[in-house]
Parts: sequence; C-alpha cells; structure tokens
Amino acid sequence: MAISVNGTDIPVPDDPRVSLLDLLRERAHLTGTKVGCNQGACGACTVLLDGERVLSCLTLAVQADGRSVTTIEGLGDGAALHPMQQAFIDHDGFQCGYCTPGQICAAVAMLRELQGGVPSYVTADLAGQGTVTAEEIRERMSGNLCRCGAHNGIVEAILQVAKEQAA
Amino acid sequence: MSRVQNAVIGSVKTVLGWMPERWLPGGTPDPLIGRHGEVGRQASRLDGPQKVQGKARFAAEVAMEGMCYATLINSPITRGRIARLDTAAAEAAPGVVLVLTHRNMPRLEIVPVMSISNMGAVGNSALPILQDDQIRYNGQVIALVLAETQEQADHAATLVEIGYEQAPARTRFEEAKANARTPASILTEKNQVSVGDAPRELQQAPYSVDNLYRTPGHNHAAIELHAVTTAWDGDALTLHDATQAIAPTANALAKLFGVRREGVRVLSPFVGGGFGGKAFWDHQVVAIAAARIAARPVRLMLSREAVCRMIGGRTPTEQRVALAADAAGKFTAVVHTGFSVMPTYAVCPEQYSLGSRAAYRSKTYQFGQRHLDLDVVPNTYMRGPGESVGSFAMESAVDELAHQMGIDPIELRRRNEPETHPLSGTAFSQRGVLEAYRMGAERFGWDQRSAAPGTRREGEWLTGMGCATGSFPYVRMPAGAVRIHLTQGGQATVSCSAQDMGMGTSTVQSQHAADRLGLPLEAITFEMGDSDLPPAPMAGGSAQTVSIAAAIAAAADKLTGELLRMAGNASPVAGLRAGEVRLVGGELVSLEDPARRDSFHAILSRAGRETVTVTASASAPLEMLKFAMQSMSAIFCEARVSAVTGEVRVTRLLGSFDCGTILNPKTAASQFRGGMIMGLGMALTEETLFDERSGRIMNASLADYHIPAHLDVPDIEVIWTGIPDPRSPLGARGIGEVGITGVAAAIANAVFNATGKRVRDLPLTLDKLL
Repeated sequence: MAISVNGTDIPVPDDPRVSLLDLLRERAHLTGTKVGCNQGACGACTVLLDGERVLSCLTLAVQADGRSVTTIEGLGDGAALHPMQQAFIDHDGFQCGYCTPGQICAAVAMLRELQGGVPSYVTADLAGQGTVTAEEIRERMSGNLCRCGAHNGIVEAILQVAKEQAA
Repeated sequence: MSRVQNAVIGSVKTVLGWMPERWLPGGTPDPLIGRHGEVGRQASRLDGPQKVQGKARFAAEVAMEGMCYATLINSPITRGRIARLDTAAAEAAPGVVLVLTHRNMPRLEIVPVMSISNMGAVGNSALPILQDDQIRYNGQVIALVLAETQEQADHAATLVEIGYEQAPARTRFEEAKANARTPASILTEKNQVSVGDAPRELQQAPYSVDNLYRTPGHNHAAIELHAVTTAWDGDALTLHDATQAIAPTANALAKLFGVRREGVRVLSPFVGGGFGGKAFWDHQVVAIAAARIAARPVRLMLSREAVCRMIGGRTPTEQRVALAADAAGKFTAVVHTGFSVMPTYAVCPEQYSLGSRAAYRSKTYQFGQRHLDLDVVPNTYMRGPGESVGSFAMESAVDELAHQMGIDPIELRRRNEPETHPLSGTAFSQRGVLEAYRMGAERFGWDQRSAAPGTRREGEWLTGMGCATGSFPYVRMPAGAVRIHLTQGGQATVSCSAQDMGMGTSTVQSQHAADRLGLPLEAITFEMGDSDLPPAPMAGGSAQTVSIAAAIAAAADKLTGELLRMAGNASPVAGLRAGEVRLVGGELVSLEDPARRDSFHAILSRAGRETVTVTASASAPLEMLKFAMQSMSAIFCEARVSAVTGEVRVTRLLGSFDCGTILNPKTAASQFRGGMIMGLGMALTEETLFDERSGRIMNASLADYHIPAHLDVPDIEVIWTGIPDPRSPLGARGIGEVGITGVAAAIANAVFNATGKRVRDLPLTLDKLL
C-alpha cells in the first residue's frame, strides 16, 4: 500500500478520512499544494494523478493507492523550472502566489487534454484536433480561481508554453 | 471618531496652511524623482521562483513537533445565549486534546480596535472573544476543538452538544433606518457637510438627477484561508499568521496575554491574498489560547464557510446621489448621502461619500453618511473601501446626467473638473485625471461610441460603451521604521516588518533601496514579514509602499550622515553634510562638485569597520494634510448584453491611471488589473446573500459567492500618465485600491449604453435586464 508522490513512495494513511490534499500537506509536508476551500470550488489544490489533473481536496488519499501523484514540487526537472513555471514568472501570472501551484498544475494537464483532442464547451469542431486559443484556455482554466486578478498573465503564460511546445 | 478629532485635525490643517511648503516633508520633491535607475524598471518578482515552485511558506505550512489541529464551531443562531453545553462526548472522542469554550477560555480584555495612529490597536471587532455565553451574531465562534489530527478534530466538533436560547435580533436593513446613527466624522473627515442650499438648486436647475443606488455585501475571498500556526515556549509566543498587520498584531497580543512584547514573535512572510480581510480577528486569539492551555503547537485553518461567516466583508450600502447642472453643464448641486451597516463594535465606516467630496466643482454640496446597527459579523475594510461602492453611485449619476443633457460624459466631467479641492480649497499635489481620460479615450476608441443607447446590435448581442472616474486618497502611515545594514563589500540589507499579500513589496522596495543607496539591485536584500524587525505599519489604505519608502529614505539619510562622520577629515567628502551628497555607484558624491567622492568600501576600511547599521523612522506624513492627494483613473468598458437572456459580458476593459510615478510597470500593471477584475466581479456577480429572516449568510462558499473566473475576464489594457507627484516619496501614490474604483460604474454605464436600461442595484445580474 503506497502512493508514489513525485517518484517517492509514501504509505497510504490508516485513517480513510484523510484527503489526498491533507496527506500531501500535513503528512508528506509537501505544502506547495494549496487549500482554498476544501470543497472543490477553487482549484488551488490541483495535482496530477497519473498525469491527469484532479482536485486533491475531493480525492481521498486511499483512492490514490498504487497510483502516481505529481505535485508542484515534482513538476520541474530537479533545480530547473518547468517551462510553465518560468512562463508564469515571465508573464507575471500571479501576485500572492497562493493559487499559483494549482494554476500551473492545471495548465500543464489542460494543454495535454487540449492537444489530445478533448473538446471543451467553446470548441467549435468537436472532432477536430485541439487548437490552443486564449478562449479555449479561459474556458478550460475556469475551475482555477485567482483573486489577485492574474488571469491575463496566466493565459499569456500558457499560450507561450503551447507555442514553445509546437515549435 | 469624534468631534474632538474633527477639531484637532481641522486646526492642524489650518496651521499647516500658514506654513511655507518647504517646511514640510515633500515640500522639496524627492531627489529620486525622474532619476533613471532600478525604479521604473520592469523587474520580475524576486519571490517568483519560490512561488511557482510551491516553496513560498504560508502560515499554515510551518511544521512543528507535536502539532495538533483545531476546528472551530460557529453559532448557527444570530442573537441569544448558549443555554446548554455538553462537551463530554467530544472530549472522549479519539485524539481529542482540548475542547475550548467560554467556560475554560482564559479571561481576556477586548482587543483595541484598529487605528492608523496606534501601532498596538489592530482589532476588527470590539466584542469579547469566548468570554461569556452570549451570541451576538450568526457565525460567532463559540468553541474550538483541538485534536491530534484534523480529521479527529473535525469529527469531534460534531459531537459537541449545544442548546441555544434565542433572542430577537436586528437583521433588517429597512427597519434599522429608524435608529440610524450619524457619526461626527468618517475616518479623518467631518461627516456631515453642507455648502450652500443644495435642495434649492436641485429644484431650480434645468437639469438634475436624483436616485438611490444599492450595493450588497462583498467578500474579500482571498484564496488562502485565514490560518495560524502557533506555539508557546514558557511566556514566549510564536505566531505564524496570514496577516496584513504584523507589528500591530505582536503589540496587541503581548498586551492581551500579558507577556513581554519582546517575547512575542509574529511571522508572515507570505500572505495568500488579503484585500483588507487579513487582519486581526477572533481565530488568532482562540488558537493562541488553546496552544497555551494544551501546551502544544496548534494549527488552525478556517473553513471557507467560517471565513465567510466570522471574517467581516464589505458592508451593504444604499446611497442617494443627486446632481444638478445649469444650461452650460456646470454643476450647481452635488449631493451624496446614504446608509450603510456598521455595528457599534465594527471599525470600518465604508466611506462611500469621501471620494465624491474631492471629485467635482459645484455651486452647492451636501454630504453625510448614516450607520445602521445590525447584529452581524463586524464589517471591515475591503479593497477600495468607500470609493469602490461610492464611485458606483456617483459615476453612474454623472452618466445619467450627461445622457439627460445630451453631453458626452467625459465632456461633462471636464466642465466640472476642480482646480483645487472642492470643499477645502486645498491645492492638489498633482491631478491628471483629464489627461488620463484623454489618453484612455484615444486608446479605447471612445469616438466609436454611439451616444444613443440600444443602437448597436449584432445578432442577439447589444453592445455599448461606458466610462467612469475612479479615485482613492493618498495615505502615508504616521509610523514605521527601517534598518539598513551595509557591509564593506557593498551589500545592503534593508529590514522592516512589512507585509506582502502579492503587491510585490520586497521587489519594489529592493529596487527603491538600490537607487536610494546607489547600489546595484543584486546588492540589496530586503527582509520583511517578521515582528522582530523594525516595525512597519499595517499594509492597508494603499499606503505601505510610500510609508516604507519614506522610512528607507530617512534611514538612508542617517546612513549617509554616519558614513560622512566615519569618513574623517582626510576624506574628499570631509565637511559635507548629508544633504550635500548623494549615494551613487557605491560612493558618496558631492552634489556641488562630483569630483569630491569617497566609496563606502574605502570609508569603512579606513574606519576599521566591517559593517555599519542604522535604524530610522519616517517623517510625519504632513503632506497628506497640506495637500489634496489622490490616485485617480479613467475606466473604459465595452459590454455586450444578450437581448434574449439578459446576460452581460464585458468584452473590453481599459484603465488609464494617474497615480504618480509607477515604480515597477510589470507588477503595477498586475495590481491595477487585479483591482479592475475585482471591480468586474463587483459589477456582475459578487453579492453576499444575507437572509434577513435568520441573520445568516446564505452563500458562504466559493461555489455560491461568484468571483470572476478565467472565462469572465477579458484582456484588460492598463495605461498611465506617469506624472510624478512632487509631494510624495518617489513621486508615487497608492495603486492597490484605486484599480477597483470606477469599474462597476463604467460597466453599468456601458450596459445602459448597450440597452437603454439603467440598473442602480449591484450586481448587474440578468434578471435586472430582462
């Protein structure tokens, strides 16, 4: 019984009430994953579970048993920043920095979804290849709230990363 | 605030009026104004790498040995008393360490409520905290449950049995009007002001508008929940807090718990959004008390529901704005009065009429605010307190009058632009709002606006444009110190207990210190977020940047004097005084004869010193009294409204700001945008839904209180005049609050232009447009 968090196995907690969020923050001391509401409304606790974005506050730790979790701490390559992290700095895609890890994790997974052809509410051609546009990003990132108002910078940062990936 | 205060401030202003300007700080413009250096450069946030990697450590993220976790129980009734309380089952539950109620809470005094002149007064509420069985508002904390894990604490909290005896509560806005209070002053301004006979002018004028505007309660909704991690070691207290008021919190806690101030340490290096909401509330006190009784470290993070119900937000208002104009479009009456909720135990008067007093020239004026006393969580300051909602009313009214007169709304504002402060006649330090309008109109394409409402339609969408003025007064806090520690190697550490909720405090002050000390940015370390550092005032009123800047300037002057003293008689700068040199390139350089110079390194070496340290306090902020000083903006909006559903979408938003020197264009643009986006939320979706029958907030969650999400936010353009204010440190004025002001009015005015429908009740939800 173990959960692989950023490549390191950590034991599944005895108490089945423990959320993946609390496991990460309080037991693994990986506090980069944030808590903004504990009820799935804000997206601050977004992490990648087997590469897909999930709200760790609504995920029980036991549900992650045997699976792989990537948090903001595990996104970069050692000391180097992940391109999305660098793009957020370049475009000032944050102020207080609290929703930021969730935004970045969501952004990384969201681009994969979009590029993998998963349509959204604003996708015109449901069968087509996903096209990265500001409108698509806004729709797909709307589950990650930001109160400082860094929305424009976040969208620009994601567009930059998408452009770099395409190049 | 009292009549005595009105008299004192009035006489200080009178005396200052007699004094020559050069006697006052700011009388001689800051020599850094206009100098090209680090200030004004697009620096990325210095704490960016920490934040994007999740390494920035927030209050609830500090690990401690033996930590236990707390949950609060909040009152589900509004007024009454706890008649029955049984904690036995909770105390017997697995892992429970302590159940804290009014029965076993230590007896504590009331925390002095916040004030800008008293660094020990920080409370948001004048109510006792867990001191008796009385319930005074819905959401009041009535118990804390402490356990080994959060899950155990949360479960045990459900086992506390509480019976209530309910009493009648005051919860209805309309009913409370009969007993409205009329305070003598609003913050530092006299409340009721009448000049001339405004009612008569309203009756006689060829053009007039006279309407009521309503704004609901708003929630700060910072994404980080209020949280503390706290521990006692004997009589020494450590509090990791999410706070905008570090030094005042430490001062207040020492007094409250009867321990030495030196033994209290409050740390808050990062705050996950504040907007006025992260100051001193009940949760810090109950957590600290629990930690003392349990003799264990305690972590308490409020639930989102608790944040909504026990941390006050912006209060609801009902405002009357009446304007009259003569045939030439000159105002003959400006009236702004109204009601807002402010319980006697709250601190924020929601000063919605203050901005209007400095806005327009008129023949007559009438201003005054009345407070309603309800049994609710104490309201408090929230971004753009007063002006945010006040500008909605006033700037909607200006638009209504312009429409009635058939004049362009910018032109109507231009015709009534005051040359000096409309009421006091005080000179403006600098005022470029008309220039902001000119720049904004050109950039936005205002000339494309159709003056006739409801005439632009594409498919189901009606499109319109609107504009409005935003403003917020300049504030510099009357306290605050900074320490500068300079090494022989030319590294400087600048320290004070400043706060950063995302404004970029450390980045901008590092840029400033580099220029002030004549050192490269890399040589500067800015320390903050710790009450052991020299005390900075609280971060509020858009005042922190200039307050700290003034303290850094004072400390740099002192450092200069110290270096000149150490330089000795053989130095090329011997005999010069602090005012006769400037610091540049790691040297003291004579202003008169730049060939006379001596380096920090040489001076310290000769003196046999590795380092030099100075601490100094900022000068008193007398420029605020001598001059009328405001940050201002011209906001432009293009909105479309569905003729089928009434849905409003803001398609374009532009802010043109006049806020003095912009210290860091990158972070400043973000802060302006952030304010404007909060204004967008205020205009379209944000509303604390209050059940007047029960006194309970109905939408205490981020699922039900709707802040703008990505899809709601268009690309927002931000420009500025950049004209330095000759009376302020660095020529800067505040930029944190002004962004939200004017935005709701600009949007409402655009909606009117699109549809011909005037909505005077925020938010502009679709039901009001069908």
